[in-house]
Amino acid sequence: MKESNVFEITFQAKSINEGFARVCVSAFCVQLNPSLDEINDIKTAVSEAVTNCVVHAYPNRDGLIKLRCEIKGNLVVIEVSDSGVGIKNIEKAREPFYTTKPSEERSGMGFAVMEGFMDSLTVENNEQGGLKVVMTKSIQACQKMLAGE
Amino acid sequence: MQILSTMKRDTLYCVMKGELDENSSLYARNTFDKLFAVANFKEVVVDLSEMTFMDSTGIGVFLGRYKNLKNRGVPIYVANPSNQIDKIFNMSGLYSIMPKIMTRSNYERI
Repeated sequence: MKESNVFEITFQAKSINEGFARVCVSAFCVQLNPSLDEINDIKTAVSEAVTNCVVHAYPNRDGLIKLRCEIKGNLVVIEVSDSGVGIKNIEKAREPFYTTKPSEERSGMGFAVMEGFMDSLTVENNEQGGLKVVMTKSIQACQKMLAGE
Repeated sequence: MQILSTMKRDTLYCVMKGELDENSSLYARNTFDKLFAVANFKEVVVDLSEMTFMDSTGIGVFLGRYKNLKNRGVPIYVANPSNQIDKIFNMSGLYSIMPKIMTRSNYERI
């Protein structure tokens, strides 16, 4: 039986909360004994997903971001969702360097970084509005420990 | 985020401390732009040894500063990034416009 664990938090879509979200997820993942590089990969991906919500989800209004993190054996599943405007063309948005806000010096690399730093990435609009990003990463350091290396 | 700087010969050395994300990006932009506006230098070296985190917001920040300096014909270099920051620089191709260099200390090129 694989060990499982989960946490879920909701916080306001403000840039000051990006660091908070990163710290929450990395502190939770420590139980898997990740390497420093693995924890940094996860922190970076979480930061990208939360930043997307902060920058794009709620133009001209306040809103909330839901962050859910689940551990299944050595797998980390991170879900970041909002109830904002969503994305019209997700395929286009996932292209590296594509941004709808070039005037703000935005790189358009958010999804590319999430994809590069995690094992899998799915992006979809919620039926009731808003965006849901799900990312997974398996922790190798944990596998080694379970194998008794 | 904190940015410290010092001039040595014709080089402006900047040390970035802390985390560069959406929340600190405005401070980073403004601080660099003010520094670049007043100082007289021939190159810029940004030391990242004390920058503990950067996400893709940082790509935009560096790209913007690079463009400003390019207009003045001033090259910009980075030094001592962590593995995490190195990965983002590699992935985005930033090193092709602001090469990574070795430094002896925060304020001395090798």
